[in-house]
Amino acid sequence: METLINLFWSLVATSRDVLPIAVVLFGFQYLVIRQPLPNLRSIIIGFIYVVVGLSFFLIGLEKALFPLGKLMAAQLTDPAFIHGVGVVVEGVNWQDYYMVYLFAAAIGFATTIAEPSLMAIAIKANRVSGGTVSIWGLRLAVAVGVAFGVALGTYRIITGTPLHYYIIVGYAIVIVQTIRANRAVIPLAYDSGGVTTSTVTVPLVTALGLGLATTIPGRSSLLDGFGLIAFASLFPVITVMAYSNFGEWLRKRRRIRGDANEV
Amino acid sequence: MGHDMRTGLVRFFRLLTSSFRDLVPIIVVISFFQLIVLQQPIPDFGGILLGLFFVLIGLTVFIQGLEIGLFPIGESMANAFARKGSLFWLLAFAFALGFGTTAAEPALIAVAAEAARVAAAGGVLDGSAAAQADYALYLRGTVAFSVGVALMIGVFRILKGWPIQYLIIGGYMTVVVLTIFAPANIIGIAYDSGGVTTSTVTVPLVTALGVGLATAIKGRNPMVDGFGLIAFASLTPMIFVLIFGMLWSALG
Repeated sequence: METLINLFWSLVATSRDVLPIAVVLFGFQYLVIRQPLPNLRSIIIGFIYVVVGLSFFLIGLEKALFPLGKLMAAQLTDPAFIHGVGVVVEGVNWQDYYMVYLFAAAIGFATTIAEPSLMAIAIKANRVSGGTVSIWGLRLAVAVGVAFGVALGTYRIITGTPLHYYIIVGYAIVIVQTIRANRAVIPLAYDSGGVTTSTVTVPLVTALGLGLATTIPGRSSLLDGFGLIAFASLFPVITVMAYSNFGEWLRKRRRIRGDANEV
Repeated sequence: MGHDMRTGLVRFFRLLTSSFRDLVPIIVVISFFQLIVLQQPIPDFGGILLGLFFVLIGLTVFIQGLEIGLFPIGESMANAFARKGSLFWLLAFAFALGFGTTAAEPALIAVAAEAARVAAAGGVLDGSAAAQADYALYLRGTVAFSVGVALMIGVFRILKGWPIQYLIIGGYMTVVVLTIFAPANIIGIAYDSGGVTTSTVTVPLVTALGVGLATAIKGRNPMVDGFGLIAFASLTPMIFVLIFGMLWSALG
């Protein structure tokens, strides 16, 4: 019964989120374009699917994943777990937190694979590229980037180093990669930074950041808790371009081998 | 009809299995850390199973809705605007879509409230609830406006066929320069605000719009010119929020 009530409120909330989008779309369609939509019926059904699907998705996450994931983030960052019960440590030794990095990487990877907006981009890119961009290849490349980004982000919070140094170095890497990258991959790589951080990833990653920032002496949860999302959006750009370079290198090698065989 | 229904069911089942595959990593990670690292039992096992079942159904139905609702309307409107040929209305549409989808975004509302608390704690605000609510509202307005501008720039780039990297890298450099001058308490929020603007409904819609435009306009390649709108939508909020933080502390 409680689940049903939650589901109802989730439906209401999702409809409210989708409403402004629907108003803009249908407003411009009927006031500016002034043409009937060719497949209006199926588009409306599609919108209903989106609202219902997202509601179930969010309720399920709230029920199954978020409480446990947040609890886990709190337990793993608890000083009693990291240093042992009753041990008082002077200062912060970043190596003690290896389990936190492992968890950060694992949860970053796993939540990205389940991220619906990344699926949408991957499906579209696969279709537009005529199959050259593989759906799973792109998703894995992005997930590896998020994993690395979140793990590095936790390291930053633990060591208390300034956020913008990391971001600026990351930008420099992106610029160098862009110069060398295949022209067709650049926009997709840039896009993949923005899609990683929505429904599934943000709540768990934020919980991890806040957990760390509140338990480590000298960190402010208000100032240091932020920034993990920024890492999670920057590193996929790097890994997607690297993945594309790697794919090209593989193809080239195969071609050279093929030529050798023919000779 | 009976046959139709059966193929429909088979299709749904196939989608359900692939959604399940998408959830396997999360299940593995959570169970590994709970059972092996933390060595604790899984609390409320039945509830978690039910929740996972909901996630599964939700993901499957959402992907269906994407294919028959969000992708087609994005493409069809891109086509209609390309045929109509009015730059003004296309840019107005891009702005409205960016502004409208971001202003009501729940993740942004949460971040803005959090940011107001940070500002109050840092002494930028006087700490009263009204001042915090004002600050959060202005911040949300700033981010929504910046996403509207982002989609306008992004759509204009598709029309012109400009290479994306000059604009994005120029944007990154602007972020770096602004970071030097911005007050410390706004930097983390500004960097994070780029990530929260792109919701699960906006991403497929905006991608379909970009790819649709690049397909409909002669001489544009959907792969090279169609993608990139999301990149603009994640970049401009950083710039605008950094400026917002500087203005706020300068004007008091």
